[in-house]
Amino acid sequence: MKAIKFLLPGIIFGIVMTKSEAISWFRIQEMFRFESFHMYGIIGTAVTLGFILVFVIKKLGLNNMRGDQIKFLPKTKSIARYLIGGTIFGLGWAMTGACPGPLFTLLGHGILSILLVIGSAILGTYAYGLLREKLPH
Amino acid sequence: MSVLEFISQPWHWSVSGIGIVFVMFLLLWFGGEFGVSSNLRTLCAIGGAGSHCDFFNFNWRDQIWNLLFVSGAIIGGYIAVNYLGSPDPVQISEATQAYLYTVGINTPQNIEEGRAYVPNEIFGIENILNPRNLFLLIAGGFFIGFGTRYAGGCTSGHAISGLANMQFPSLIAVIGFFIGGLTMTWLLLPLILTL
Repeated sequence: MKAIKFLLPGIIFGIVMTKSEAISWFRIQEMFRFESFHMYGIIGTAVTLGFILVFVIKKLGLNNMRGDQIKFLPKTKSIARYLIGGTIFGLGWAMTGACPGPLFTLLGHGILSILLVIGSAILGTYAYGLLREKLPH
Repeated sequence: MSVLEFISQPWHWSVSGIGIVFVMFLLLWFGGEFGVSSNLRTLCAIGGAGSHCDFFNFNWRDQIWNLLFVSGAIIGGYIAVNYLGSPDPVQISEATQAYLYTVGINTPQNIEEGRAYVPNEIFGIENILNPRNLFLLIAGGFFIGFGTRYAGGCTSGHAISGLANMQFPSLIAVIGFFIGGLTMTWLLLPLILTL
């Protein structure tokens, strides 16, 4: 099973999310209250370095390990879906103090109540799939 | 100070940013991409939602890497908290602590009181049947799952990958994240927490 290697970036991600404290409900409150630079520092560093990474990969036309060129698909142009969907996600992010990655890392911490959040997040995605045709995009 | 003690300290935000981009690089190198919320759609597809909904009717075996990534995120969390745990709780700003105190949330001051990852008043297993907490966790989770798929990504896919690739739609999504997050934090959460 070739996909098994994806465990490695996942493990590093879980450690980074924990040690960076980005999984802390308190840190998310602090961020939305603009009372600490911490979260903005993490996201700002990641976006800046990520920008350089994407730029270099595109410029050099680098391949992934399978030999296929690494492509960055442009997102479809629209306002409604990003603004409305983003706002709904933002409400949930501030309520639970977690976004989809940290949800799983917190489970690794043994915080069992997070299973309720994961379960309802799956249900939310399912509900979106059912309603998708009726929603403005 | 041993190496283990050194990395057990809380990491500076810049180190964390570097770590995230290293993860992004590994995912791209392995033939994936840095976008976590897709796993929720994959889980729906594995659960059989594709039989009655086209949105979930795709070959989920191609997306298995995404589930391995989040499985790794669980393992990483376990390792970090059990073997690399900080000696002190997360150091939250005084202003946030003072505000949270007024809405009944205590910030742990020492490790015996907790690590300050999640407030016990909401996430503590003994408090789980409190209707307010059930609402926060279940409605909050639903909004996360619904909103990320509607917007086509979450913090990783839009705020980091999308902005790094200068995608205007991702900027709109991040503005949305903040409209929702600020509304909840400043207007709704103070009401919900003091119910």
